[in-house]
Amino acid sequence: MESLKVRRKSLIWISGLTCNGNSHSFLSSSSLSFDAFLNSVNILFHPALTYDREFKDIYKDILEGKLKLDFLIVEGAVSKKKTKVYFQGFDIYEILENLKNIAEYIIAVGNCASFGNFPALYSEDVVGLNFRFNQRNGFFEGDFTTKSGMPIINISGCPAHPEWIIKTVLSLSYGYDLKLGSLQRPKDFYMYLTHDGCTRNQYFEWKVEAEEFGTKEGCLFYYLGCRGPLTHSSCNKILWNDKSSKTRAGMPCIGCTEFDFPLRGKYFETKLNIGIPEEVPLGVSKRAYIMLSGVAKTFTNHRLKGKLEEAD
Amino acid sequence: MVRKLLKEKKREEIVKVASRLFSERGFYNTTIPDIAEAVGMSVGNFYNYFESKEDLAKYIMQYSSSILGEEIRKISQMDVSTKEKVFLIVRRFIEIAQERPELIDYFLRIFLSNREVFSEGCEGFLCVGEVVTELMLFLEEGARKGDFRQQDFFPAFVTIMGPLGGLVFLKGEGILPKNPIEYANEIGENIWRALKSDEKV
Repeated sequence: MESLKVRRKSLIWISGLTCNGNSHSFLSSSSLSFDAFLNSVNILFHPALTYDREFKDIYKDILEGKLKLDFLIVEGAVSKKKTKVYFQGFDIYEILENLKNIAEYIIAVGNCASFGNFPALYSEDVVGLNFRFNQRNGFFEGDFTTKSGMPIINISGCPAHPEWIIKTVLSLSYGYDLKLGSLQRPKDFYMYLTHDGCTRNQYFEWKVEAEEFGTKEGCLFYYLGCRGPLTHSSCNKILWNDKSSKTRAGMPCIGCTEFDFPLRGKYFETKLNIGIPEEVPLGVSKRAYIMLSGVAKTFTNHRLKGKLEEAD
Repeated sequence: MVRKLLKEKKREEIVKVASRLFSERGFYNTTIPDIAEAVGMSVGNFYNYFESKEDLAKYIMQYSSSILGEEIRKISQMDVSTKEKVFLIVRRFIEIAQERPELIDYFLRIFLSNREVFSEGCEGFLCVGEVVTELMLFLEEGARKGDFRQQDFFPAFVTIMGPLGGLVFLKGEGILPKNPIEYANEIGENIWRALKSDEKV
């Protein structure tokens, strides 16, 4: 049987300017997924997971060609300037320069590595790997591609969903074709909106609004600032911990997978002008949205009026 | 295509005549034979255009709303200041009231006075959706630009529609000393001052 054994792909995970939220998220993946991941991927180094070898030794082996590097995972924003951000005693600037032509794939995990996110607000030279917000002037500029021919793959989110990280790496390991959107995020996870699969869709349709957090009833859009209809994510399709999502728990989506996440502020407020939302769901005109919501508000869906537990 | 256009034209003709008859005689005192006769068509033929008197009554409201909504939309999309748009909307409303008095009369004397006729399929904003939508878009844009003060939609909405409705009502009662259009600028100024943000002049 030995001949059938396939070499596990190798991966190192490095951290820039980060709260390590994506590492925490990754560690919260389901045991089934994580098992599958470990069966296919050899994690050579992760700052919170591996302990048998030091980073400097693995890094040296990779640079000397003794170890092949399939996946370079970067968590956190980085700097376009030297000697600003360090990882395990090495300048991240140099790590990225040295590994950019060695790693088969480079994956930005989380909004900081993808778009710069909050750290980028504080300095012009702080960036994501390929983007700074929605501009392609990150650490690697323009149409940079890695050895595999793929551009930097962004798994955005603050943090990124563990299943998106795992399934992206596994898809590439298995040789599947990975389709990316304009912000270089895998379509499989980001072609959906948070709104898709939200258990409150009926409340949205009939314009029955929640006025407080944590309830099972009501749409979180109008009063509580939910960004579900404007945010690309599959949070309500691939649930967190296989169980739930923000909106299912009565917490509005705060749009953390989008490049403008740190630029917005007021996360629990839908900006209204004379009572009309300034932004409307993606894909419809404001005129169409207002017209439809006006019609919906005229009618009453009696099932949605009271507590769900008491509804027939 | 020609057939469809002809049918549409005929429907407009029926609307024009019926809204006048309804306003003059009242909804219940106007019969389909009355309307058919005034249009010059057979009663049987009338039913090719509308299923019932109620159906016609609702259509007249939708028709009026789409005319006014279209005018508000045109003004909204003009490249002029929010203040000028307020004045233009007021002026255009009064002009339409003069060009099509039967539609305004219908709104005041039938739509507002016979709510039971409109209780199914025309409740709330269903038959006047276009006017309301266009005013929402207009108000939203004005507030977004900082020209209008932030407030709830309904107070702002009645601030625009209230004076206009009042003026055409007074005109209908024959007690306005001047031609309605002569009040357009003053009403425009009143509405603008009521809605504008504090720093605007």
